[in-house]
Amino acid sequence: MRSEPMRLKADEQNAMNRSTRSPATRSMRYLGQTLSRTAAKRAVAGRGRYTDDVVLARMLHAAFLRSPYAHARILGLEVEAARQQPGVALVLTGADLKALCTGPWIGTLSTFAGMKSAPQYAMAVERACWAGEPVAMVVARTRAEAEDAVEAIGIEWQELPAVVDKHAALAPGAPVIHAELGDNLAFRRSIDTGEVDAHFAAADLIVEESFEFGRHTAVSLEPRSLLAHYDPTTGKLSITTSSQCPHMIQRVFAATLGLPDHNVQIIAPDVGGSFGLKIHSYGDELATAAAAIELGRPVKFIADRLESFVSDIHARENWVKARIAVKRSGEIVGFDLDVLSAAGAYSQYPRTSVFEANQVLNITGGPYRHKHYRARASVVYLNKPPSSQYRAVGHPIGNAVAEHLVDQAADRLGIDPIEMRRRNLIADDAYPVVGASGIILKDLSHQRCLDVLVERMRYAELRQEQAELRQQGIQRGIGIAAFIKGTAPGPMGYYGSGGAPISLQDACVIRLEPNGGIICAVGVTEQGQGTDTIMAQIAASALGVPIDAVRVISGDTDAVPYGGGTFGSRGAAIGGEAVYQAARDLRAEILTIAGALLQAEPASLDIVDGIVVDSGGSRRLALAEIGRICHFQQGELPNDLEPCLSHSRRFRLLDDPYIFTNGIHAAHVEVDVDTGFVSLIKHWVVEDCGRVINPQLADEQVRGGCVQGIGGALYEHLIYDRSGQLVNGTLADYLVPMAVEMPDIDVAHVETPSSLSMLGAKGVGESGTGAAPAAVMNAINDALRPFQARVSSQPITPERILSALGKI
Amino acid sequence: MSGEERLMISLTVNGESVSRLVPVRQHLVDFLRLELGLTGAHLGCEHGVCGACSLRVDGVLVRGCLMLAVQADGAHVVTIEGLDASGEIADLQQAFVERNALQCGFCTPGMLMTAADLVRAGVPRTRAEIRAHLAGNFCRCTGYQAIVDAVSATLNKRLSEGGGHV
Repeated sequence: MRSEPMRLKADEQNAMNRSTRSPATRSMRYLGQTLSRTAAKRAVAGRGRYTDDVVLARMLHAAFLRSPYAHARILGLEVEAARQQPGVALVLTGADLKALCTGPWIGTLSTFAGMKSAPQYAMAVERACWAGEPVAMVVARTRAEAEDAVEAIGIEWQELPAVVDKHAALAPGAPVIHAELGDNLAFRRSIDTGEVDAHFAAADLIVEESFEFGRHTAVSLEPRSLLAHYDPTTGKLSITTSSQCPHMIQRVFAATLGLPDHNVQIIAPDVGGSFGLKIHSYGDELATAAAAIELGRPVKFIADRLESFVSDIHARENWVKARIAVKRSGEIVGFDLDVLSAAGAYSQYPRTSVFEANQVLNITGGPYRHKHYRARASVVYLNKPPSSQYRAVGHPIGNAVAEHLVDQAADRLGIDPIEMRRRNLIADDAYPVVGASGIILKDLSHQRCLDVLVERMRYAELRQEQAELRQQGIQRGIGIAAFIKGTAPGPMGYYGSGGAPISLQDACVIRLEPNGGIICAVGVTEQGQGTDTIMAQIAASALGVPIDAVRVISGDTDAVPYGGGTFGSRGAAIGGEAVYQAARDLRAEILTIAGALLQAEPASLDIVDGIVVDSGGSRRLALAEIGRICHFQQGELPNDLEPCLSHSRRFRLLDDPYIFTNGIHAAHVEVDVDTGFVSLIKHWVVEDCGRVINPQLADEQVRGGCVQGIGGALYEHLIYDRSGQLVNGTLADYLVPMAVEMPDIDVAHVETPSSLSMLGAKGVGESGTGAAPAAVMNAINDALRPFQARVSSQPITPERILSALGKI
Repeated sequence: MSGEERLMISLTVNGESVSRLVPVRQHLVDFLRLELGLTGAHLGCEHGVCGACSLRVDGVLVRGCLMLAVQADGAHVVTIEGLDASGEIADLQQAFVERNALQCGFCTPGMLMTAADLVRAGVPRTRAEIRAHLAGNFCRCTGYQAIVDAVSATLNKRLSEGGGHV
């Protein structure tokens, strides 16, 4: 197996470039083409198959008793009455479950030096540390009966002081959630390029601001779902679950339940939204699997919406105090920031709760040329549900902070926001560049993206319109936000190297069937973004077969090669590259076989539309014929030719921690300064995800991501009271973006292929979410500029706007 | 438990007559999913906000999680499976696929049930009006624009072809 980085040869690169323009180009014909998804056809017919749609014989249903307190000791737990309820098959307490597990989870990674977290059991034992933590489980004939029986569990609590406010978590005398940790600090990290204070002192202008970011959660429409079945005769545990990372779940569940990995099968059927929520291991899901083993019967758990709000991972709750130093010319000298990041009661196993703060430090101000940078982050534990990775991890925070400061500095210097960025963006011909935070940036295109944006949004005309409308008392604002996005993480300094059982490599096994059909099994997973479709496009293009000849298999650990799954915008960039290379290997073998059968030089042959052609373009041998001979009539082959017809490739980044992407957003909003309401008029994104494999799917990733970001900027907020109770745990009270409030979003791409792979694809799924909040906040502040008012905390509610305007 | 009290109901589901003894507390969408295996309607919130369980009951769009199965006694219920089989929204479904007006697909049956109401009314609608009509259906994936595009294209095509379907 080889793993050195490969580059496209010039002729291959040219062929691929041609192919993106002309579908008729014989090779690479499907790259750059919009093709519809088969999964979409199933979904519109009501034939989607999600975990809750799967019904097994003798299946039972799980429901959970959850802690009503943010922090409380369990003094007594009486479950006999529950056991006597109709239909009940099993009741497990946290202590019962502990006895069935090999040990607790500890959500630390050695890559984060000094990080600490307390041991966490799948259900609370002795003490609950957040409102919503599972405490006991009932398994019954129906979900309704299980829920009834949960109410019959008797429990005596002693409420303990809760740590709810991140600003008070490290104060002297603050209650300590886990005494063995000594305090509530999870992790600290700092970056300092040196003498930052001196460089700031020498600058012409320093702008300082504080930012609060509200706590969010992913709100996938399909809640977390798991159906476990254990066959005691074979010792095999089969789990169907709404997951992005089947192999990680396999490993974590097998280890925790004391089973060998290879006897645990994880199937991810249709997944109804994920956004990072479904890359984690959850105690209630593990409890469901443990119950299935205990009972030898299938057990299903489907979270309801309130359970989702109080037990899905949370994210985004951060406070940042930041400064920018600039010269009169507009040149950015540096950024200086302090981050206080609010984890939950435990660091989420196995990915931890510190990546968010870590990413804020990595990417803040990342588009710019400044050399001076100081950033410090503290991550603290609170009596709230654990926080962890959620779409665009840390980027919405870092981008909002930096872009706000850049705009404020530009305003104070009298420089237009576009011009301010033009003067500071890293030049397109400068790469590779090591950013001020130490990140490695390659193959980016900030300047080109800015130019495309200005043209597409008709910036000058919008500014003129804005000025005219102001005369009429209409307050519109234009907000710009440049960004970088870390995508497709590599193994260096990441999960695996820190001890997490998560592969940063991904894989493809591709094979030729007797009829000439291609089966392409991939480790990355599909949650609606169209991964399966683009894998088929890549395989068909690399092989030279019609797209309908390829069927992609994903989301089943029994059927696909080992991989990390889908997270961090890695599907196309990592998984797609594995498919590309595996398909090339299969193509090479097919041509070798064809050469033997045709007595021709393999190098003189090509595959076009599933048929081997010679150098003159004559059709010589169909893949169906090669499949037939190699699978059924091997006597026609020379003795020294042993067909394999199944090729495997694994791909990972080598030295680079990420494939960074870049782009720029613009938001156009109108603010009603009497009510504080914000209307979104339009949004633009120009981004560079490298080679675009399916333009429609790439655009829709950006659009959906933008709206998720806008939701966070304007509406979404998990509101906790002082006792640690979530007070808005319904979809009516936790506001998500709906069709009526959202704008149309104009999306364009600049394609700078990544030099880290042959295919050149980068991640695209988080580029909308990462910078939309920054653009919207800047647009609102642009609208408020005539009133010398500004907002810097999210969600930007009408209340916050009216408060900024001094009206309340 | 009172929850186990059962009543006999008879109704028409996607044109077929169905009679079942159902728990009185069972929601209509649970009845369809658990008793009839009609899993096209999805449970997103179970409190009437997300729209993923939208159904047509006696010609009216309802939330399957806010109606009890016993309330549907004698009713004509149409689910996404029924709309699919009848061909009533074949054009809308095709537009959704071509425009990629869905990603994970979990909201899609409810979104289509809701959009079907709009396109069959055969009244010209602006994008803003389409957005308002869909305002009770939560989609976390698409950002809605592609859905609005698909509904708008279908409606306009029907209007240009001489009125909406019934």
